[in-house]
Amino acid sequence: MTDNALTTAKPTVKKAPAKKVVAKKAATKKAPARPAAAKKVDADQLVKFYRDMMLIRRFEERAARAYTEALIGGYCHLNLGEEAAVVGLMSALRETDYLFTNYREHGYALMRGIDPNRAMAELYGRVDGVSRGWGGSMHMFDMTHRLLGGYGIVGGQLPLATGAALAIQYRGLDEVVMCTMGDGTANIGAFHESLNIAALWGLPVVFVVINNGLGMGTTVAKASAEPEIYKRASAYAMAAERVDGLDPILVLEAAQRAIASAREGKPFLLEVVSERLRGHSVVDPAKYRSAEEVAHLAQFDPVPNLAARLIKDKILTAAEVHRIDEEETARADAADAFAQASAQPDVATLFDYNYATPVANDSRRLPGDPLFAVVARAEVAR
Amino acid sequence: MTIKTYRQALHDTLRAEMLRDENVFLMGEEIGVFEGSYKITAGLLAEFGERRVKDTPIAEEGFTGAAIGAAMLGLRPVVEIMTINFSLLALDQIVNHAAKIYGMFGGQAKVPLVIRTPGGGGQQLGATHSQNIELYYAFVPGMKVVAPSTPADAKALLLAAIRDDDPVLFLENLALYNTKGDVPDDDTPAEIGKAKITREGHDLTLIGYSRMAYIAKNVAETLAESEGLDIEVIDLMSLRPLDRETLVNSVKKTHAAVVLEDDWLTYGIGAEIAATISDGAFDYLDAPVRRVAMAEVPMPYSKTLESAAMPTNEDVVNAIFQTLEAVGRRLKKVGQSHD
Repeated sequence: MTDNALTTAKPTVKKAPAKKVVAKKAATKKAPARPAAAKKVDADQLVKFYRDMMLIRRFEERAARAYTEALIGGYCHLNLGEEAAVVGLMSALRETDYLFTNYREHGYALMRGIDPNRAMAELYGRVDGVSRGWGGSMHMFDMTHRLLGGYGIVGGQLPLATGAALAIQYRGLDEVVMCTMGDGTANIGAFHESLNIAALWGLPVVFVVINNGLGMGTTVAKASAEPEIYKRASAYAMAAERVDGLDPILVLEAAQRAIASAREGKPFLLEVVSERLRGHSVVDPAKYRSAEEVAHLAQFDPVPNLAARLIKDKILTAAEVHRIDEEETARADAADAFAQASAQPDVATLFDYNYATPVANDSRRLPGDPLFAVVARAEVAR
Repeated sequence: MTIKTYRQALHDTLRAEMLRDENVFLMGEEIGVFEGSYKITAGLLAEFGERRVKDTPIAEEGFTGAAIGAAMLGLRPVVEIMTINFSLLALDQIVNHAAKIYGMFGGQAKVPLVIRTPGGGGQQLGATHSQNIELYYAFVPGMKVVAPSTPADAKALLLAAIRDDDPVLFLENLALYNTKGDVPDDDTPAEIGKAKITREGHDLTLIGYSRMAYIAKNVAETLAESEGLDIEVIDLMSLRPLDRETLVNSVKKTHAAVVLEDDWLTYGIGAEIAATISDGAFDYLDAPVRRVAMAEVPMPYSKTLESAAMPTNEDVVNAIFQTLEAVGRRLKKVGQSHD
């Protein structure tokens, strides 16, 4: 972003209480099933969330450090501050469901069950990386864990996710696709085309907008004529809901409702209101935010907030909370050590993924190679 | 062998592949109820139903991307984009997604997708509906781009494209839909990445694809009769990968080349071919490689102006004669009486 001066205003997204809108047409049909009674928060679930959130937190901090040490390259977008949203959403998916994400996807990859070692090795561009060193931070992919890609082009994953849902419907399967995106994505053409097609064809897909109030430095209010993004769904007769993304339990429950709806062939738009505690990417100093604003943000940090809740509700002792932190820090450190020790890809593999079906005259020319063997003029027989 | 139009060959091949493989299905604007803008899909909705023949909203980015996503899960979508001009609306999905997914994720997901789309000018459709922009896709690693010029090749290349596990842009041409030719009855796919010598000769190599390969063959046959010229004709068939070896080997034999293209000359496919011949047959050339291409203007509506902007048979004949004169052959001039 070049025009930071215009974007110093405090993010204007309100912390609206979770509420639900069902577009008129959809409302006349059966509403998505909702749990009969507010489920009593399960202590084990909270502890698991805390452990998962701590893994993401420490993994991302480790990645940021490696990035600033120039051990990893490219762009590096982190899930710091979004941990509650990530664990809540991912806990609602079955193993057989699919996930498409944008480029801010490390935490999602971990929560889909991808080994942190392989996720970190991808950041390092090594052979053990989850995308074999071909994707980097923005393009993690693992078919076995049904993470069908982080995508670097804003909005690019939406038509793909819609098509994956079409394939599920085509085969009559009971699977669902979740497609996450940032708030800025709501303004791109692919958002409109994908939501329209998904609703039109009744595809099993949940579109999730992580609304952290900022594009890179442009606020939602400056980018979206309707800053309450979930309301956009009404244009497609699609059910939608907005949820507080700082509470993993609320996110989980909202995601469960959204997924249940999608599994019945009613696609869903879920807006998760979150906070971005750092810059857009590791290299962004976020000068468009004031020091007061950044200090103010700290109170929304979901990781210490959940720790405090666990202690206050006597689910864990302070020592137990601390031990979880230490264990997950150790996992992040181990991932980093694994990645550093992983081999660089062999240059001989450069053309291994040109095509899935081998083809005649496929180019395997390195930059300095001639197209044809250079023959001395004297040797040319005429 | 059966004599069919290019259109009928495409239709029959789509139908046969849908009968052969349950994973093959069609998507596109107006392909079902309306039976396709150019009627390639006529009757298929009635035969296969809405599950296999999907009419889409006017949303090229959305439905092309959806086809890519479906292909990632193992279906084999054949997308019709009404004309190649409209593929620009889907450029991000084709270039940044279809072409990237296999390599960018380290070979973990294939994209067995076919995008059928016609190019072509000469129908007085004006600047935005008369372009030949297959080059944009042929530029991109990860894509395969094929361009048949005959009904037989339309069948053989479409079979190959549908059975291929990579994204294939299948270029059709408005002016070719009604052309007729022998079509083999058996199901032998063409080999993607291979050019075809459609006429052997020794005097000059004439190179084209799609409509211009059709014109090249006709011009060569006419000149054989009228001038006794022995021109070798190469139909590229595949724009990516490009069969450079066939081009270079031919020029080593003929020592001269004329390249025909329906797109603009500057940075065009002809430029790539001329550079290839320069790299591979520099010492064999007896004249510069000549290109015949569209005038560098947005296509005008006026029939007079449109005709002036598009390559004609006469342009091709002139380019051949001038090249052969540069070589040193003495020839009759175009327009001279042949008595």
